[in-house]
Amino acid sequence: MGVVRTYLDRMARRYAALPRPARLALIVLLVIFFYVLPLLRPPIITTEQIDFGGVMFGVAATALVAVGLNIVIGYAGLLDLGYIGFYLVGAYTTGVLTAYHFAWPFFLVLPLAVVVTMATGVLLGWPTLRVRGDYLAIVTLGFGEIIRLIVTNVGWLGAAAGIKDIPHPPNIGPAPKPPFDQGGLFSIPSLQWDGIIPSIDQGRDTRFLIFGALSAVPYYWLILTFLILILFADRLVKDSRVGRAWEATREDEDAAELMGVPTFRFKLLAFALGAAIGGLSGSLYASSQGGYINPQSFPLLLSILFVAAVIVGGAGSRWGAIVGGTLVAYLPERFREFADFRLLVFGLALMILPVYRPQGLLPPRRTIRARVAAKEIDQLEGRDDAQTEVL
Amino acid sequence: MAERARVLEVDDVTLRFGGLTALDSVSLHIDEGEILGMIGPNGAGKTTAFNVITGVYQPTSGAVRFEGQPLAGLKKHAITRRGIARTFQNIRLFNSMTALENVLVGADAHHSSGVLSALFRTSKHRREEDDGHERGMELLEFMGLTSRADELAANLSYGDQRRLEIARAMATGPKLLCLDEPAAGFNPQEKVQLMELIKRVRDRGYTVLLIEHDMRLVMGVTDRIVVLEFGKKIAEGTPAEIRDDPAVIAAYLGVDEDAS
Repeated sequence: MGVVRTYLDRMARRYAALPRPARLALIVLLVIFFYVLPLLRPPIITTEQIDFGGVMFGVAATALVAVGLNIVIGYAGLLDLGYIGFYLVGAYTTGVLTAYHFAWPFFLVLPLAVVVTMATGVLLGWPTLRVRGDYLAIVTLGFGEIIRLIVTNVGWLGAAAGIKDIPHPPNIGPAPKPPFDQGGLFSIPSLQWDGIIPSIDQGRDTRFLIFGALSAVPYYWLILTFLILILFADRLVKDSRVGRAWEATREDEDAAELMGVPTFRFKLLAFALGAAIGGLSGSLYASSQGGYINPQSFPLLLSILFVAAVIVGGAGSRWGAIVGGTLVAYLPERFREFADFRLLVFGLALMILPVYRPQGLLPPRRTIRARVAAKEIDQLEGRDDAQTEVL
Repeated sequence: MAERARVLEVDDVTLRFGGLTALDSVSLHIDEGEILGMIGPNGAGKTTAFNVITGVYQPTSGAVRFEGQPLAGLKKHAITRRGIARTFQNIRLFNSMTALENVLVGADAHHSSGVLSALFRTSKHRREEDDGHERGMELLEFMGLTSRADELAANLSYGDQRRLEIARAMATGPKLLCLDEPAAGFNPQEKVQLMELIKRVRDRGYTVLLIEHDMRLVMGVTDRIVVLEFGKKIAEGTPAEIRDDPAVIAAYLGVDEDAS
């Protein structure tokens, strides 16, 4: 583990030393890589037994949830065990508004689902955020279950049968005309690998951009786009008065309050923003390839897995949340052949991690940031020997 | 000397926790620009008085007025924004944040940019960030902590942590600065330095309320002293008056039972 850490640190330093255009180019390359990953189908990481595009969608959805939950747990220090409730509210809002009772267009419903989930977050946070620590965990745990039981029993929300035929996001380009015309503007092939030799796999085309039954990749692209946007927003908010107030509240709520931080308001804000991101992910999940949700899609276990994703990745670090979310969603799919044992292995991993790496895989990089800031100060004070390229 | 404005008035405040009377009709006032010392034996109610002033506890009866306005019912953060800041007897910094960030949290007390300002990097956000950084660095320099600005608060030495707490409190832009045993754990020389620092803080225009155990130190730095014992005010006056007050001597040295 220590070796990996040193290696990562060295990479980060080397990256920080690059000129700005080079760093931009690197980021763009990395982003493109993640967009085409389900088409590249690299050996070893590709899941052979189950559609890789679909797995990647699940991974991105979980990573998005983890980034949202990281705001609540990592930044503001509120242990929320009922986060699945917000995921559910986002999904059901989408289901009800686009299919079950109304037929509103997807891109109108998506922001609505986010707003509804955010309101749910405020509604839940208003009474519960007055308790702290373990008590908050218990209350939120109850909330997650209550919401699931409500949708199981309320006929207007589909009850136990759930909601089916939720429309997919709108296509770009001509609509498909079955059985032969797949629609879309153009076709993007996938690769197949014979050992380390790649070749074009004609049987796995992805039409640009058709949200249909043939390829799960467009759904993945959509959610990945949202994930990237949320990451930018997360960074901007964290690096501001709001982020500082969250961190101060997490560190010492009473002291923060006495330093003029309206802690309750900021905790509520963290809850609402976290909920909104959970709702966004849920909404995208509802309109994904399956187009079907029911109460069993939102078990308590999933809530615990989300928390595990944040903790495993390193609470308080957005990249940690992504890594954690990826691991939690990807590993069980990759090792389906050990299906009976995967929870056992996962449980063991969760027990080993706190012993050897209690701060998570990728904890926040305070030290690097502090170093950069030190250089900045040198510059501001006009010390010419300071390195010029710091940001 | 012209009559100085009263910054804080504690008017006949009583605070009971169940059967325990922590403060018993305590009245005191602080004038603008003075250093008021609050002394008393352990458990006399000094920190409790602090907690009443800063809104942590609501008094059972009596009132606290700041610049003539009653503080009753105000939230703690609102009281801080009114202009009362404090430090803690046992250091309570935000350990995972850097020294500068700790001070920035204090400076943010008077800022109002929220999520949207941060998201769109509005001019208000930038102005407040610049203002906070400028004020923060200036305060760190005043405390001699410039080189530690990007050190995590947890990694600072004990003395630096004490000074950082004062800087963080000053960053909230208070009129009244309440220091709760800022010299606790210091050696005699450090204590003297700290008292010099507190005088310089006062000279910058802050009014200071100081809790301190060490009689000799308090005598040297304060303008007036209030003495508490068992939640009651037993004496008030200039350092010279306090030194000769028989009640204070009795409280600190005890009374010889045969003699009494």
